[in-house]
Amino acid sequence: MKTLQRLLGFVLPAWRWLVLSVGLGSLTIASSIALLATSAYLISAAALHPSIAELQVAIVGVRFFGLSRGIFRYLERLSSHETTFRLLGRLRVWFYDALEPLAPAGLGGERSGDLLSRFLADIETLENFYVRVLAPPLVALVVVIGSGLFMAGFDVRLSSIFLVTLLLVGVGLTWVSLALGRGPGQVLVEAKANLQADLVDTLQGLPDLLVYDGLPAHLERIQNRQSVLQKAQHRMAGISAMQSASNQLLTGLGTWLVLVMGILLVNSGQLSGVYLAVIVLAAMASFEAVQGLPLAAQYLESNLQAAGRLFTIADTPPAVQDLPGSETIIGTPDLSIKDLFFAYPESPVNTPSLTDIQFDLPPGKHIAILGESGSGKSTLFQLLLRFWEMDTGQIMLGGRDVHQYTQESVRNCFSVMPQNNYLFNTSLRENLLVANPFADPQQIEQALKTVCLDEFITSLPLGLDTLVGQHGLQISGGERQRLGLARLLLKPASIYLLDEPTAQMDTRLEGHIIGNLQTALESYSLLWITQRLVGLEWMDEILVMQAGRILQRGRHADLIQTDGLYQRMWEAQTGLDALQES
Amino acid sequence: MKNGELVNLNQRNLSGKGYNICMFRRLLKLARSNRLAMILTFLFGWLGGLAAILQAWLLSRSIDGVFLGGLRLLDVSGLLKLMLVVIFLRALTTWVSERFASSLALRIKSDLRTRLVQHLASLNPAYTQNQKTGELTATAMEGVEALEAYFSQYLPQLALAAFIPLTILLLIFPLDPLTGLVFLLTAPLIPLFMWLIGKAAEITTQKQWHSLIQLSAYLLDVIQGLTTLKLLGQSLHQSERIQEASDNYRDVTLRVLRIAFLSALTLELLSTLSTAIVAVEIGLRLLYARMGFQQALFILVLAPEFYLPLRLLGLRFHSGMSGTSAARRIFEILDTPLSQASILTAQKLSAYNHPLKDRPGIHFEHIGYTYSARNLPAIRDVSFEIPNGQVTALVGSSGAGKSTLAAMLLRFIEPDQGTIRVDGQLMGTIPQAEWRQHLSWVPQLPSLFNTSLAENLLLAKPGASTTELETACQKADLLDFIQTLPMGLATPIGERGTRLSGGQAQRLALARAYLRDAPMLILDEPTSSLDPLQERVLLECIHDLVYGRTTLLIAHRLNTVQQASNIIVLDSGRVVETGTHISLMKSSGVYASLVKAGALT
Repeated sequence: MKTLQRLLGFVLPAWRWLVLSVGLGSLTIASSIALLATSAYLISAAALHPSIAELQVAIVGVRFFGLSRGIFRYLERLSSHETTFRLLGRLRVWFYDALEPLAPAGLGGERSGDLLSRFLADIETLENFYVRVLAPPLVALVVVIGSGLFMAGFDVRLSSIFLVTLLLVGVGLTWVSLALGRGPGQVLVEAKANLQADLVDTLQGLPDLLVYDGLPAHLERIQNRQSVLQKAQHRMAGISAMQSASNQLLTGLGTWLVLVMGILLVNSGQLSGVYLAVIVLAAMASFEAVQGLPLAAQYLESNLQAAGRLFTIADTPPAVQDLPGSETIIGTPDLSIKDLFFAYPESPVNTPSLTDIQFDLPPGKHIAILGESGSGKSTLFQLLLRFWEMDTGQIMLGGRDVHQYTQESVRNCFSVMPQNNYLFNTSLRENLLVANPFADPQQIEQALKTVCLDEFITSLPLGLDTLVGQHGLQISGGERQRLGLARLLLKPASIYLLDEPTAQMDTRLEGHIIGNLQTALESYSLLWITQRLVGLEWMDEILVMQAGRILQRGRHADLIQTDGLYQRMWEAQTGLDALQES
Repeated sequence: MKNGELVNLNQRNLSGKGYNICMFRRLLKLARSNRLAMILTFLFGWLGGLAAILQAWLLSRSIDGVFLGGLRLLDVSGLLKLMLVVIFLRALTTWVSERFASSLALRIKSDLRTRLVQHLASLNPAYTQNQKTGELTATAMEGVEALEAYFSQYLPQLALAAFIPLTILLLIFPLDPLTGLVFLLTAPLIPLFMWLIGKAAEITTQKQWHSLIQLSAYLLDVIQGLTTLKLLGQSLHQSERIQEASDNYRDVTLRVLRIAFLSALTLELLSTLSTAIVAVEIGLRLLYARMGFQQALFILVLAPEFYLPLRLLGLRFHSGMSGTSAARRIFEILDTPLSQASILTAQKLSAYNHPLKDRPGIHFEHIGYTYSARNLPAIRDVSFEIPNGQVTALVGSSGAGKSTLAAMLLRFIEPDQGTIRVDGQLMGTIPQAEWRQHLSWVPQLPSLFNTSLAENLLLAKPGASTTELETACQKADLLDFIQTLPMGLATPIGERGTRLSGGQAQRLALARAYLRDAPMLILDEPTSSLDPLQERVLLECIHDLVYGRTTLLIAHRLNTVQQASNIIVLDSGRVVETGTHISLMKSSGVYASLVKAGALT
């Protein structure tokens, strides 16, 4: 019920359109009832051989109703679909807006295939809400009342029988269809979602599946999912066929009952014979109004389920929320971290991701964070970027606690190169402009030069307009990383965060680019996560992390002299390098 | 267009009359395999039409009897009882007809979907990665579903719209030629208008389908990249673009619908106006006693039934058309030719009678390759050997062609020029599946599936015991991490491995290789996500793994290749140097300068 109410909330702002289309819909059906009734009257009256003048009104009436139905129908469809698409657009935007604050913390467990299934398919399902769920009962109500009154004009008992059969179809059959369809409908939706998710998983992981011959297992799983789906669809089709048949049966029976009743009335002289054909044909035509109702109920079920899924994810509370009265940061603030402690909600007890983290980063300072994977380095970035809320401790920007600022403005201070750099399935140029839509060609050129991508771009026939393919897989790993770095440079920011920016590059290129970056970002604050001891000599401070704690800190020259993890790592690396020389 | 390469969506040809009829024939062929269901659907639909005619006749007889004949209820009770039976039978035929129609559609859909997925899986993965997974999935899901209306409603209605009006016409003509004439003249107008307006709507329907696919692919991209968008401060602006894309989709769809509604308007007008015309002309003739009342009422009740199948056809035509647009894309994918190698795999393995020796030596001879999106060749006249049981390293700056050569070894692509021989035999003659059984692959970006860690590992060796899994993880230095997880190996990893760090994912891929224990190994940048300490540990493990195994090692970190028995240096797609580490250092060439650059940093 609550879901229905919320859903109605999306539609009701357009209530004027609703009233218009319901009105037009009623007039449409009324026209066809009138057409058949007037025609029946015409021929019944004609059979009694009156003067033609007496038939004139009927003749005109027939011609008029012949036209009016089509016209009303057309107008009604236009108005209802116009409203529907506005509703859809509003739903998509609403859902994205609800989803946006949840990334990445709230979406970690969801599968993108499933999300898409929810997003697109569920919203598409709700396309039917207005036209097929809301409108038909309202139209039916108007028409039933109208035709009931019409029948009552002849005889009240007739009208009662007529209304009862109408209600049997409209309400009785509807309720039965709803009850029968509920379970299978849910199974169907789930089956579809599962199949879709498996398809996405398989298609995206195709290379590995091919090499390891995992494809048959995946294909079999897809087949199984498909069988489940087929069964569910078969079940639903069975219910649908039962419904069509019952619909027709009850319509026929209703007409039959009106005929029998009419004959009785004519026999007893309570009804003039002229009207017998009229009431029977009018009854026949009236059923059109209620015939769509069982289907409407089916759509209602699937709509409510779709809406339910959307509301569930939209209602998830985001990991980080802005406090009321948050402000925007201006200027180039300095960063300061004190006693930071954080553990991911799902991580086991006693294994926090970060403990006692503390450092200062005034403008222009370059800090490197070194440590093995899993030591908590990337988590630090997640907290700085306000994707997760710290458990205890403080992050200060510009001398003020970060909670006093809006998340968005905090993120605007930073320019990030994340470990998993996502490239959008569009051109190179678009993938760069996403970092700064106002970047001019010179800025782009400069950024590309700094990251040594300029030659690569020139080698492409389409240059910057080359498409990078899904997830950017049309270009190599090293090129993707450099693109990410170019983005980092293009985004206007005061603090730069780099998470293993050269992991996929060869050594020579790596050295070159690190040099370029350090020059380009000399006067800015820089936090640089790395696992390799390359280019650390020029860092102002190095934080060596292990298991979420800072073990050592200092400059390179000092750390290699001190007994500890850094020294061991340095030796390991130079040892490996030295082997090359031998 | 290269073998196995899917056509870019933008290049699709949207027009083509010949293509239309071709599409119809192909879809009809799909239905033909379920001939019985099709015939029964039609037959029962037609019987329903007969029942409607009978019902109309009985109705007119009874009303005539009571109204003009003064009969009482008892007198017409026979007719009324018969009418009840007919009503019941009519409902029965509806039920049967619909059941057969939906079974037909279901079977066709699932067969088609299976074919589609298998074909997609057989195409070269290097190219399917270029297509948007969102679009391909949408085609396989919604695209196939869109054919439901085509097969369960449109096709049967096509036949019924011809036969039921024909039947009615045959009955009415002897009764009343004039009305018969009106029916005869107006009936063909309906399909004519339907066809005319349908033509106009078709282009728009296709654009709508195209637009839906684009929207689908765009939305998937946005969701998967939502975090990146947030980082770049673009996530809130994205909202506006979604609005735009939705509005665009709405406009396109409404344009289609406006035309669809227009055609429905015309059809309805035709039928209601005709009914009106018929009513008036029989009314007038009744007036002048040129016709009997029962006949007149019979015709009046039949008139809507005459036009109903035609109007239904009009309605179902448009939902059928959206199925055709989807079918276009489906057939496009199915028509994409498989590469030679794939076809060979499809052929009998019995045709191949040279069993692979356990440790093959591989010779690349004058290999050339150019990617279709590029001007310059990725590989130019490359020749080298990967000897039995030894580690061969491919070294070079990024873009030098290393991954391309690996892709060839993985049989993802075929060389444009040159040949690859395995122990003297052309690699092209070895079935892909057979070849890959002898391979392990540790890629740069391993694919992680949305199941448990264990299942991700079992991919490499289904049926492996837990001990085997744990051993493999230990060798890949992953076991310590797994033991910190409460669910251990059963821990589910999120979509695309969200919960594993880059380094952990790479170690998982290594564990797969250890588990599989295949004679050949391709390692692509195996230590790129690791710190020096881990790298050293892993290099020791790798040393154990590659010992005695034919290995192709691709690296751009020089300290991983120094163990190789042979190093091949690539630059801009050419081999510039080969040799051992020592010999290359001595010759002070490209390799030596690369090493010096590494040693400096």
